[in-house]
Amino acid sequence: MARVRTSERVGRVPPSGIRKFFELAEEREDVISLGVGEPDFSAPWAARDAAIASLERGQTSYTANRGMRELREAIADHCAERYALDYDPGEEVLVTTGVSEGVDVALRALVDSGDRVAMVDPSYVSYRPGVLLADGEPLPVRTREDEQFRLTYESLDRAGASEADLLILCYPNNPTGAVMREEHLEPVAEFCREHDIRVLSDEIYADLTYEGEHTSIATLEGMRERTIVFNGFSKAYAMTGLRLGYALGPSDGIAAMNRIHQYSMLSAPTTAQHAALEALESCDDDVEEMVGAFNRRRRFVLSRFSEMGLDCFEAQGAFYVFPEVPGDDEAFAEGLLEDQGVAVVPGSVFGEAGEGHLRVSYASGLPQLKEAMNRLEAFVN
Amino acid sequence: MEPKRELLEALCANARTETADLARQTGLSESEVEATIADLEGEGTIRGYQAIVDWDDLDEGHARAAVELNVTLDRETGYGEVSERLAKFPEVSSLHLVSGNYDFLMIVEASSVRKISRFVSEKVAPVPEVTQTVTHFVMETYKEGGIEMNGDDDDDRLSVSP
Repeated sequence: MARVRTSERVGRVPPSGIRKFFELAEEREDVISLGVGEPDFSAPWAARDAAIASLERGQTSYTANRGMRELREAIADHCAERYALDYDPGEEVLVTTGVSEGVDVALRALVDSGDRVAMVDPSYVSYRPGVLLADGEPLPVRTREDEQFRLTYESLDRAGASEADLLILCYPNNPTGAVMREEHLEPVAEFCREHDIRVLSDEIYADLTYEGEHTSIATLEGMRERTIVFNGFSKAYAMTGLRLGYALGPSDGIAAMNRIHQYSMLSAPTTAQHAALEALESCDDDVEEMVGAFNRRRRFVLSRFSEMGLDCFEAQGAFYVFPEVPGDDEAFAEGLLEDQGVAVVPGSVFGEAGEGHLRVSYASGLPQLKEAMNRLEAFVN
Repeated sequence: MEPKRELLEALCANARTETADLARQTGLSESEVEATIADLEGEGTIRGYQAIVDWDDLDEGHARAAVELNVTLDRETGYGEVSERLAKFPEVSSLHLVSGNYDFLMIVEASSVRKISRFVSEKVAPVPEVTQTVTHFVMETYKEGGIEMNGDDDDDRLSVSP
């Protein structure tokens, strides 16, 4: 069979650890999956309706590379209202095809060959491959359960992040559900200012912050000018399949990102941009309702872990909890799937610091969660 | 969110949720859950608990109609008096005073269309204040109490995703 020679860069990217569990879960029919990284709600009807209406009006052309002007203005207004941060919709906002594309473009725009990119460990699976594909060197910064999986000045120092050129933050965190409040972010900001480190802050789960407000690191002194903030519509508005995100940052950074974006993506999907505009303008109540439901599930799941004696720190964001499990997390997850038909993701998939944990998503209805927790309890005992 | 509201939302999602699970969801203790529900019932905030039934699944007959009612009022008789009389009929499952072209919207349930017709013509229409009735028989129910009747419950998300 003919073989295509592939790039050396692609060879550096390991296969996804999630893929293996996906395939195992797909083989069985009775699986309850707590391995999902997306809400079980549908996008608010108003947003869906706006998408449909845009199609009916025949709005199927490219938009401006940076995204529809109206949408960029709405994003800037939303950010100003929430964080008192002003971004110029003309120069400092880029609408992307999901945060994933935004982060990829940012890495390619900001990383030179051999640049060291520090990243929270454990965190979202795509950062490390993104850094490798941008020819950078990933530098994991371990976070610890006894520090609530928060990044600290000391953890950055210990990991040698003073030599880093860039730091990727992800709070609320996938997979741990950890959040960093202003008082936790300030020492990290101090470290970045001291060592002149630029920051990519993935805040896609910002709306899913329970018991308190989300703080963006860009609001801290001296951080706006060195930070690209990413957010989008996938999680808070349950619009994962519409693939719409955005990046906010200083104009030179956004311009550099747009230079790549305009050749690779041209513009984010037009239909999704119409949905997103409507979501920002009229769907706050839908978000609030969904967040309320997630919060009840979070408490339920945390309480069940505590009852079954599995150590699990109190996740305060996103829709994941990250319990500790005895022995090898991958073997535990495989055993749980085989014995009880419950799919979860081993923590080590998200970095070495995730070893010995599971990522358990509560983006499923309570009846499923209840049954899954009962099965998990049976497996543990 | 206030614990009372949180509890009400959890009960609206499923009124049969066990106390222990309600406690886990709301962060209250089981005794607090019980006390709060007792308060809500006592205050009349929670008026009752009902099942949402897909009657089409049963062989026995079941019919339902939405009835528009217009009424005339006088000095002695207000909407309150009329509604009190109408609400007493066991066939009336809900009754609302509404804005628009008619005064009351009444949902009537019985074991057959014929029984509903007779009820409206023999019991409702003769009420002295009622000047007009328009009956809309329900042909199919797609959603009831927030629950989709023929909804597709399949979870077509990827079973494991990043």
